[in-house]
Order: sequence, then C-alpha cells, then structure tokens
Amino acid sequence: MSIEVRGVTKTFGTFTAVNEVSLTVPDGELVALLGPSGSGKTSLLRIIAGLERPDRGQVLFEGQDATRRDARERRVGFVFQHYALFRHLSVFENVAFGLRVRPRDTRPSEAVIREKVMSLLRMVQLDWLADRLPSQLSGGQRQRVALARALAVEPRVLLLDEPFGSLDAKVRQELRRWLRRLHDEIRLTSVFVTHDQEEALEVADRVVVMNQGRIEQTGSPDEIFDHPATSFVISFMGNVNVFHGRVQNGKAHLGPLALDYPEHPHAEERAAAGFTRPYDLDVERTADAKDGFWATLRHATPAGAVVRLQLVGDDGSLLQVEIPRDRHEALRPQLGERLYLRPRQVRVFLDPIEAPAGQTPRPR
Amino acid sequence: MARPTTEPLAVRVLLIAVALAFLALFLVMPLAIVFQQALEKGFGAYLAAVREPNALAALRLTLLTAAIAVPANLLFGLAASWAIARFEFSGRSVLLTLIDLPFAISPVISGVVFILLFGRQGWLGPWLDAHDVKVVFAVPGIVLATVFVTFPFVARELIPVMQAQGRDEEEAAVVLGASGWQVFWRVTLPNVKWGLLYGVILCNARAMGEFGAVSVVSGHIRGLTNTLPLHVEILYNEYQFQAAFAVASLLALLALVTLVVRSVVEWREKATGGGSVEEPELARERPAA
Repeated sequence: MSIEVRGVTKTFGTFTAVNEVSLTVPDGELVALLGPSGSGKTSLLRIIAGLERPDRGQVLFEGQDATRRDARERRVGFVFQHYALFRHLSVFENVAFGLRVRPRDTRPSEAVIREKVMSLLRMVQLDWLADRLPSQLSGGQRQRVALARALAVEPRVLLLDEPFGSLDAKVRQELRRWLRRLHDEIRLTSVFVTHDQEEALEVADRVVVMNQGRIEQTGSPDEIFDHPATSFVISFMGNVNVFHGRVQNGKAHLGPLALDYPEHPHAEERAAAGFTRPYDLDVERTADAKDGFWATLRHATPAGAVVRLQLVGDDGSLLQVEIPRDRHEALRPQLGERLYLRPRQVRVFLDPIEAPAGQTPRPR
Repeated sequence: MARPTTEPLAVRVLLIAVALAFLALFLVMPLAIVFQQALEKGFGAYLAAVREPNALAALRLTLLTAAIAVPANLLFGLAASWAIARFEFSGRSVLLTLIDLPFAISPVISGVVFILLFGRQGWLGPWLDAHDVKVVFAVPGIVLATVFVTFPFVARELIPVMQAQGRDEEEAAVVLGASGWQVFWRVTLPNVKWGLLYGVILCNARAMGEFGAVSVVSGHIRGLTNTLPLHVEILYNEYQFQAAFAVASLLALLALVTLVVRSVVEWREKATGGGSVEEPELARERPAA
C-alpha cells in the first residue's frame, strides 16, 4: 500500500520537529529516512503511524486520508527502537498480542492463532524460544520478535524506528541483510529511520535525507551518493574536505582552488563552498598541472586497501586524503613533506542567502 | 595501592551487632512486651478482652474504614500516577506536591481541618446540620480523615514505577490494535502490579493504624466511633493494662501479617524481574540452517 505525506508540520513547544514535509512512498518500496538526531525523521515516522498528530498537513494511505484516524485503526506494523516487547509476556504471547486484542467477531480461534504465531516465529528463526520471556533473549533476538509481532496483524505498511540502532556491529550487519531479503520476499511497503548513511544506502530502495525538519534530497542510494543535491547531503554522506570562498562571473575562488563555475555567470558575488571526497584528491610531488595546491603531510594511517593521509594546507586548514596502498608505496611520502594535491572532482554549492533565525535543531 | 572491596571482619561484625542490638531494643522487645502483657492473666482473660463488645465494635470500624479508604486511594493513586507519569500538563508539579501534603503535615492538623470544615461551627457545619448529615464525631468523619492521611501511599509507589517503564509498551499495544481498556488491563497493570500491591499494603497498614487525625474527628464514643488504636488508648487510660495490650496485640498481628505479605511481594518481584530489564545474553543463536 502506498503512503503519501502532504505538507506535514509538527512542533513541540517552540521547536519545529517536522517542517512542511511532503513525501510519497510507492507500494512495495523500502524507504530509509536518513538524518542526524533532531532532524525530524522519527517524528515523521510516528506521524505516519498515528502515534503523533501533525499540526498541519495530511497522511494518506493508498490515496485515502488517514490523518484523523487513530493509530489502532491504521493497521501499521511499528518496530520500536528499543523493541518495546511486553516484558511480562512470553515470546509467543508477544507475537499473539495483536490477534488476541481483536474484537470477538474477528478474533481468530486459538488453533489459528497458534498456527500463525509459530509460522511467524519460524520465519524469524525463533520458534525454539517461544516460551522464553523477552528478558531472556539477546538484542538481535528481541529485534526479530518485535518484527514478528508487528507482522502478525498483517499490517499494510511496516515502519521501523532505528531498527538496528542498539545492536553491536556484527549482529547489525546480519540483520540488515536479513531485513533486505525479507522485504524482497514479502514486498511490504516499509519505511525505516536511521542515522547511519551506510545502513540507508545498503538496505533501502530509496533514501530520504532529512535535516532540521525538512527533506534535503530524495533519491536512489546511487543518486544520493553520486549526485548530492545540497551541501548538507554531501557532508552527511561521509568524510569530505570543504573549501570556503566565493563565486562571481562564472568563476569560483574557494580557498586555494580556482575553477570554472558556469552555473553562476552573474557579476553579483555570492559566498560558496567546494566539497571534495578524500579519495577524489590525487597526491603528487610536482606541480605539473596548475589546478591543485600545496600542503604538508602530518599523518599517514594504513586502512585496508587505502592509506589515509592528513595534511595541513598553507592557510592552516586540515585536509583528509585517501590514496590506494600501491600508490602510497610508489610515492613513499615522508611526514613533514610538502605535497601537491589535485582534486579530481569538486562539488560547489552556494551558501544559503540568509539562514532563517530560530531554527537551531534540538535533539528530542 | 588497590583498596580492599570489603571492610575488615571486625568492622563488619561491629556494624551488624549495632544494627541487631538496635532492632532488638526498639522493635523486637516492644513487640514481645505487647504479647507478654496481653497474655499476662492467661489466655482466658485475653479472649475476654478481645471479645468484649466495644473491642469487637472497634475492630469492625477499623476494618470498615480500611475497606473504604484503601480502594478509594487505590483508584486515586492509579489515576494520579497515570496522569503524572504519562502526560505533560500544567499543574503537574502542583499535583505532585499536593499528593505529598498528608506526609508533610501532622495528622492532628488534618483532623482539626476536618473539624473546621464539617464541625458544628465549621464552614459546612450549618448546611450539614440542616440536612441532618453527621460527619464529625461519626463514621464518615473517621473514613474521610483516614482517606486523607493514607492518600499518598499508592501514588508515591506507582509514579516512579510508571515513569521508569515509559510509554513504549503502551504505544506498541495501541499500534497492534488494542483499545484503551485492553492497554490498561493487558500492558499497564501487569507491569506495575507489584508496585501497586506494595502501595496497597502500606496504605492498608496506615489506614488501620492511624491515630492522630482519627482521634480528633472521632469523639471517642465507645462502641460507635472508636477504632482499634483509639480503643487501646481508652483502655490504657482506664488502667486496664491487660485489656489494652490484648487489643493492641490485634493491631500488632495485623502489622505482622502485612510485613509477611510485603516480604512475599518483594521476593516475587525479584524472582520475576519486575524491575530493570538488562541481563546477560542467555540464549545462543541457532546456527543458520
């Protein structure tokens, strides 16, 4: 079932958590809401679930307005960040809960409930733990019980709040892939919230990047990574070097860099910043081409297939560079040596004209 | 130098000895004296004192008062702690302070306040007189005073439990389709049941033992408005020491039963892990098929 969010705004006191957000999730898609804490992603998810009521705007399921509908009537599956399993009920009863609270005329018989719960527990590979209490399970197991419980009511959409947030790195990896496989099997429209860009890129069909209650960019993982729409997106999607400066008459002067910028042909001067990924900087000993700048090597750390270099530019700015290990072997740069850096790719974004006042994000 | 994690043996023995001596002097001995004095003139005299009509009337009144005050404060405590733990509203901190009020002021003052309100010269006195309703120096006054004094017990027990528990499980239940009542009966109540029971036990102990406030509003009419603690005082003032201690032993027995129930509750709470949730990872992952 498709989800549509139209112009939704939600404030808590003086803090605007979600600001005029519109979003469409097509049927059967797995979408990630990605952003730092306080960006409004969890609030948006809770509004979709009906756990929070928006101040303005609409939530539509399959084109039908559900804004005023109560959470218990929306038929959404919701997986909470800390699982929120019923601690006094066994794993079996946790999963059965949604079936047992149905009105008598639609409540399935005991045999049907048993059948259904056990098949869900088999699906999440926990049928052997049906009689345990949640407190006797590991974090990854609890997470899967929470998922089975959400799926038991045959929800029309599945919403997951930081589903892997409180798990250790290895379990996290496994569960991520498992969730992706599960989604490929059951094709349930799903939205999950995360602050981990790697997780979003790996799992989701589409990524929605949020910042300060607004959507910065929506797109496939490739689009988001290769064609970031704003300076926030490029900074959030991994390490990046920033050069501040200005643009005028189709030219950009950004710190030590001078490059063409035909997108701004006007005589009016605008503040701007250039962004370069650490692996998009070439390191050389001589300044044969004139498109780079000099910097002094401070640290070199091997990291798998690459070597991470930290350099200081002549203006005192810190620079991060990643070069392949064999390139490092060939070059053998010494600490304290001056090296010539040539950016292969620089993305330039104009600074916003004037940041609106009173928009500092506060973590919820 | 690493500090030892336990104190030297001598210190431990000394501390335990001090604690036990204190306990014996101030708790066990008085309790023993109550029963010793009660049985001084033999079991026959004890039974006679306990079965004396005025003593039985006092016992009935005490049980009646507790039977009204405890359920009333159970309901109030649930409602107040629910409101305070789950919702942000203006006046929340005022409500929190008001709940503690009966703890903060002397019970005698609460009794006097009820006289000022409902007494013949009180604010509502003339109206009550005109409608022939007796509050002060009658059973309703005793019940009111007891309800007031035992007001905080259930709420005070529940508020921290509910706050620690958070909203997550209730929200999960709502999303799964549970109605308000189903959320309360199937999720909220099971999670706070031990805290609630503990609050009820404390509330009950105080309701049966309350002296100050009840003493002021009761009027000490024998066989009519005397509760057990008041009856004990009257007997004692009349130099009927054996009878006084016999009736007092009834209260002491009630207190002992309360203590036993309390210990059982605490033991159960520990056994079912009603408190915090973090434990070691017990279960192994099943190898992938």
